[in-house]
Amino acid sequence: MALASAASMALPGTDDPINVSQTVGFGVIAVIMVVSALRVVTTRNVVHAAMWLVMVLAGAAAQYVLLAAEFVAVAQVMVYIGAVVVLFLFGVMLTRARLGTDADLTRKNWYGAAFVGVVMLALLSFSLVDTFSDAKVPEDRRTGLAPSVAPGASAEEVEAALADPNVGSNTAAVSDSLFSQYLVPFEVVSVMLTAALIGAIVIARRD
Amino acid sequence: MLLNQFLLLAAALFSIGVYGVIARRNGVAVLMSIELILNAVNINLIAFSAVHGDLSGQVFALFVIAIAAAEVGVGLAIVLAIYRNRHSVDLDELDLMKG
Repeated sequence: MALASAASMALPGTDDPINVSQTVGFGVIAVIMVVSALRVVTTRNVVHAAMWLVMVLAGAAAQYVLLAAEFVAVAQVMVYIGAVVVLFLFGVMLTRARLGTDADLTRKNWYGAAFVGVVMLALLSFSLVDTFSDAKVPEDRRTGLAPSVAPGASAEEVEAALADPNVGSNTAAVSDSLFSQYLVPFEVVSVMLTAALIGAIVIARRD
Repeated sequence: MLLNQFLLLAAALFSIGVYGVIARRNGVAVLMSIELILNAVNINLIAFSAVHGDLSGQVFALFVIAIAAAEVGVGLAIVLAIYRNRHSVDLDELDLMKG
């Protein structure tokens, strides 16, 4: 019992095993993320807000790794922390010269916004707990790839390929899905990125 | 791991982001709050992807990341254009469309 409880222990009131180390890791990262997010919206210095935003984004990447979405985690780090935060810092630099504290960053009647946020959190929490009270994330979070069958394979070879579960990394499966099932949305996103880039240049250009 | 722990974390981030969008006066700070909201959505997508064993959630999370990058680019360009014309990014002073 003592050894078993180190790796997994029953949820209070049930017999379902939970993975203790993963849950503790989740809790530590979640607390860091929530505290950093609160600092993003309450700090009086815009540059500090960008730095706290880095903490939130890095924590989100860690949660993706915990959920076996390693490619999304790497994309999150590269796109958000690498590009978006740098863009934010350039925006701060070009719109406001003084980098010190700025008391006017938050409205005078911020308690109305806080009321909206608290009510929204309460409603969301109630409905989520009510709906997904016993849903669990599976322990094995790798996804099966399509069975690899050579063209012109015999019926026996197809049977063997189907019987052998082709379990690989989620990155390979994501690339399979992205370039087959979601190819058209992928191309649309690339066109949209080009359009957004040209639009941003046109808007920000000094003419 | 329970699904609800990820969903509740995302709900907390979403609510904090909504608070920031309403309460902040600086245009850049509002854009940062929108990033918090988009990240909450991404956590939901990845969590449901893991629960259902379906990778469509991860693919859509990648789409959301790409669209967030485009949104930040255009949004900051608009903020810069406003700053050049009005010498301020205070959203309370932007009342040109007020009748």
